Amino acid sequence: MTPDFLNTIEVILNGLMTGVMYSLVALGFVLIFKASGIFNYAQGVMALFAALTLVGFQTGQIPFAHLVNQIFGTQVHHWGSGMNNLIAILLTILVMILFAWLVEKLVLQHLVNQEPIILFMATIGLAFFMEGVGDLMWGADLKTLDVGIPSGGSFWWEDVTRTWVSEGYEYYGMYIDLLDVWAAGIAVLLVTILTLFSQYTKTGRALRAVADDHQAALTVGISLRSIWVIVWSIAGVVALVAGIMWGSKSGVQFSLSLIALKALPVLILGGFTSIPGAIIGGLIIGVGEKLFEFWVGPLIGGATENWFAYVLALFFLMFRPQGLFGERIIERV
Amino acid sequence: MQDTVKEDDILLEVRNISLSFGGVKALENISFDIRKGEVRAIIGPNGAGKSSMLNVINGFYHPQEGEIWFDGKLRHHMKPHQVAKLGIARTFQNIALFKGMSTLDNLMTGRYIKMHANLFSQMAWIGPAQREEIEHRQKVEEIIDFLKIQSIRKTPVGKLPYGMQKRVELGRALAAESKLLLLDEPMAGMNLEEKEDMCRFVLDVNEQFGTTIALIEHDMGVVMDISNRVVVLDYGKKLADGSPDEVRNNEEVIDAYLGVSHD
Amino acid sequence: MFYRESGDFKTSYLQDQQIFPILQDRVFVAVVIAFAFLVVPFLINDYWEKSVLLPVLIWSLAAIGLNILTGYCGQVSLGTGGFMAVGAYASYKFTTAFPELNLFIVVLLSGGVTAMVGILFGLPSLRIKGFYLAVATLASQFFLVWLFNKVPWFYNYSASGQINAPERLIAGIAITGPNAPPWATYLFCLIFVVVFALVAKNLTRGRFGRSWMAIRDMDIAAEIIGVAPLKAKLSAFCISSFYIGIAGALFFLVYLGAVEPTEAFGIDKSFLVLFMIIIGGLGSILGSFIGAAFMFLMPVLIKNILVNGVGWSPDIVAHLILMIVGGLIMFFLIVEPHGLAQLWRVAKEKLRLWPFPH
Repeated sequence: MTPDFLNTIEVILNGLMTGVMYSLVALGFVLIFKASGIFNYAQGVMALFAALTLVGFQTGQIPFAHLVNQIFGTQVHHWGSGMNNLIAILLTILVMILFAWLVEKLVLQHLVNQEPIILFMATIGLAFFMEGVGDLMWGADLKTLDVGIPSGGSFWWEDVTRTWVSEGYEYYGMYIDLLDVWAAGIAVLLVTILTLFSQYTKTGRALRAVADDHQAALTVGISLRSIWVIVWSIAGVVALVAGIMWGSKSGVQFSLSLIALKALPVLILGGFTSIPGAIIGGLIIGVGEKLFEFWVGPLIGGATENWFAYVLALFFLMFRPQGLFGERIIERV
Repeated sequence: MQDTVKEDDILLEVRNISLSFGGVKALENISFDIRKGEVRAIIGPNGAGKSSMLNVINGFYHPQEGEIWFDGKLRHHMKPHQVAKLGIARTFQNIALFKGMSTLDNLMTGRYIKMHANLFSQMAWIGPAQREEIEHRQKVEEIIDFLKIQSIRKTPVGKLPYGMQKRVELGRALAAESKLLLLDEPMAGMNLEEKEDMCRFVLDVNEQFGTTIALIEHDMGVVMDISNRVVVLDYGKKLADGSPDEVRNNEEVIDAYLGVSHD
Repeated sequence: MFYRESGDFKTSYLQDQQIFPILQDRVFVAVVIAFAFLVVPFLINDYWEKSVLLPVLIWSLAAIGLNILTGYCGQVSLGTGGFMAVGAYASYKFTTAFPELNLFIVVLLSGGVTAMVGILFGLPSLRIKGFYLAVATLASQFFLVWLFNKVPWFYNYSASGQINAPERLIAGIAITGPNAPPWATYLFCLIFVVVFALVAKNLTRGRFGRSWMAIRDMDIAAEIIGVAPLKAKLSAFCISSFYIGIAGALFFLVYLGAVEPTEAFGIDKSFLVLFMIIIGGLGSILGSFIGAAFMFLMPVLIKNILVNGVGWSPDIVAHLILMIVGGLIMFFLIVEPHGLAQLWRVAKEKLRLWPFPH
């Protein structure tokens, strides 16, 4: 095999890994959209918020320390000692559930029966609000997040791939980040758990019922409000997982919330209501943008990853508006 | 109504229309005609394909087979807005008004196809655009007077009660001054008084403006009273076609409607 | 109690179709416009020009543009920043390629170019709706900004990748460049805003506006009364982009003077304008002004009070503002989806009936 060919494979592999990350965020979108028809723009900020909170608990930060100091002239920052990873994660999950409850109580409940586009715009407002809260609570500085997931290049893989090259070429092996491999594994695990949950538990059945038909679900005694809280909580947990992965990779900071924007074209490809769609859509976008940058990028100035996903989604929309796995929309008069 | 009909008295004719969604047949080999100046009712039990038939006529659905002749010409594949320009207007079963707009604006929008001022004269609101606006406002005011909805002229239609909304929707369809008016259950969900009013309007439209009307209605009393001819659909097939009396006495129709047991 | 229409009888449809049917409104608007043209230019200084008047005027124009598309035609766009960039870069190319070209014409042509680009990116709206379209407009946002960053022709191969507005005069007075006097830049923008606000009002109350609103409220019914969705949506995209392009051109030429695309026309600008029309009022020209003024001035005011007044750190205040903006958006969508303009209308309604509300 020539180094060029091996390089291409490396690009594809890395694209797949990035794609998994996109899928993780898209998954949160799909969950909420299926259960409530809400296109939750704030999903990315939820990931940021969850990651910020986790780091805050780990390092023992005092919430709103900056604000408190500013108002009362005090000098508080930390509780003195941090927390065990596991406890911190559990506490963060609790925070995300509390958040879900608050969102339902304060926002969604008042927007029932509004048009989807109004709800969409409300979640944009929610995203801004949460970003402000997250920054005020934990500070806007770049934080490192480490929950003990291995990271860095895999030397084993580098050694293995180095032997693949044909005679007479120089090749240094493929680089693949262990963190990405772990992320892929965790994503698979998460999807499996979610699938089992929705297939085999009572709550899961209720979720699917609501996704099929709100009205009908109400008539058989399912409480829409508690379903929404549950769904937003699950989406919060998914956001936490995505936040941990992205945060471990590139640090916890504002740009993390921008991955939400990348998840949007993923959804368009995969369809808004399909979990497998979100995963495959993520992979296509991940591989597509990396390959495009690798092949075409150098010819037109690079940084095509900024827009490739959207333009791909745009073309896709023209031919298959319901996505790869979405149901066909039949309009009735 | 004349009893003998010549060929050129026919406004619309559908020939052998078949329409299916996936494997489900909504309409099967339906043919009938609508004569100029008549009130034509399409009746049938729920799911008989009545609304599908209207959707075919105004171009929202495209039948797999069959021909539609309008005003003596074969109509080719057309989009709904092109059909509107031919002179077919309609109302909907579930009110489809422009909820964010006032009654007046809804009616003015109904005259869209009659207005032609170009973009630049619209921008400046002088010359043709302004003249046109006033001219059409007069027409719309006539319809407002006719339907007796003067008092709600500037009310956003979303705030109006159900019966009034139905009336405004009729007004919007009238504003287009179409040759053929399709009414999809104009009296559904109305109380007796509102129904009587609506019947009166339908008949007045037919007589005063000479508009041909095709309507879908469930209330058999209404249908028998106001329509000249009735076509009966059931499960996508045509059961009967004729004057109200003929249809009323048709064995199959009675079966379909009253569900006379066949066992 | 003097604010009412009783006694002010309309004897023709012409009178009834005026923009401001109530006499007091007409007088008020006339006074405001006269004040803006005849008094403000003598009072204006650098601070008021750069920090308040120019940005509010220019954002109002952008907000009117987006309101035509989103508020009137119901097509949500997140590409406003990208379209403003098109206007800015078009005006840069026109001013540098044709130094003799009158600035008014430059700005109008820039709007025209943006309108064409808008039509192109509006094409998907024929197939897709709602937030699908919103996502599709993101493509224009990211692609256009990338384009202006990466293709040197757009910034005339300058080393910095920035574009700078060259000095151009109208009747011997500099309008662009560092020597432009505040009153001149202000009047230049004011003329555009007043003329095009009026044009927007005319369009939205006439046949075009009704076809847009029909598509927004019930697209199927609109089609059945003869509104061609293609024509209605693309005309909305076209006109909307024209306004946004003009706003972008003024933003660059007159207000900023020097521009770097990622910074000046990022996605945050798209959200800013969207928020302006939500808070000001979807489907309201007046609301576009109120929303633009509110969304631009509110953070400035809070910053002034907390940073300069109380002495808080700018970071914390910036986060606080984010929270307030996000909270306000949700609040308005829940409580008053028609925005501040509706509150204003309700207040007027009350005033009209005062002192006998029943």
